[in-house]
Amino acid sequence: MLETILALLIIIGAFFTLVGSIGLYKLPDFYMRLHGPTKATTLGVGAILVASALYFSFKPGEISLHEILVTVFLFITAPVSAHLMAKAAIHIKLKQIERTKNTPYQADNNS
Amino acid sequence: MLDIALPIAFTLVSFALALSLLRLIIGPDLPDRILALDTLYINSIALLILLGLYLGSALYFEAALLIAVMGFVGTVALSKYLLRGDIME
Repeated sequence: MLETILALLIIIGAFFTLVGSIGLYKLPDFYMRLHGPTKATTLGVGAILVASALYFSFKPGEISLHEILVTVFLFITAPVSAHLMAKAAIHIKLKQIERTKNTPYQADNNS
Repeated sequence: MLDIALPIAFTLVSFALALSLLRLIIGPDLPDRILALDTLYINSIALLILLGLYLGSALYFEAALLIAVMGFVGTVALSKYLLRGDIME
């Protein structure tokens, strides 16, 4: 029973990690690419870490809480780094394709 | 069950690493490369945790935590460099 849940969580996590990287590789412009790896950070690594926490917690005599630390750290830092990268891309006026709407640096130029 | 799931997961995460590496190589501009490095360290965290599960050893979380901290600092430093032209002002 536990092993089935663990296998399911691991497969889900690895699948979403792959989906995030496929998004990073295939999407046409930076502002779209920024949104692919967020799936890898939250769902992918999150599911794998939950599986690892479960696996090491059901060993006799120990409860494993390191994984929670990594999960919390990733969940805190992922929005910050995504925000900074988007800000840097806007700052150097990165080109975008036609379909990406809402050009921020034509409206205001003071960043 | 787990000995079937783990090799599949290793394969999927390795493909993810290869795709991020391709984006790191071809990525046309600097923010693309920063984003590819960010994805690369997150995928390597997943790979390390999977290796810890495979070997049944809890030693690998410290390495994963270190990679998470250092990768975040690296991403912030590179983005700050693009934003300001300098890391420390």
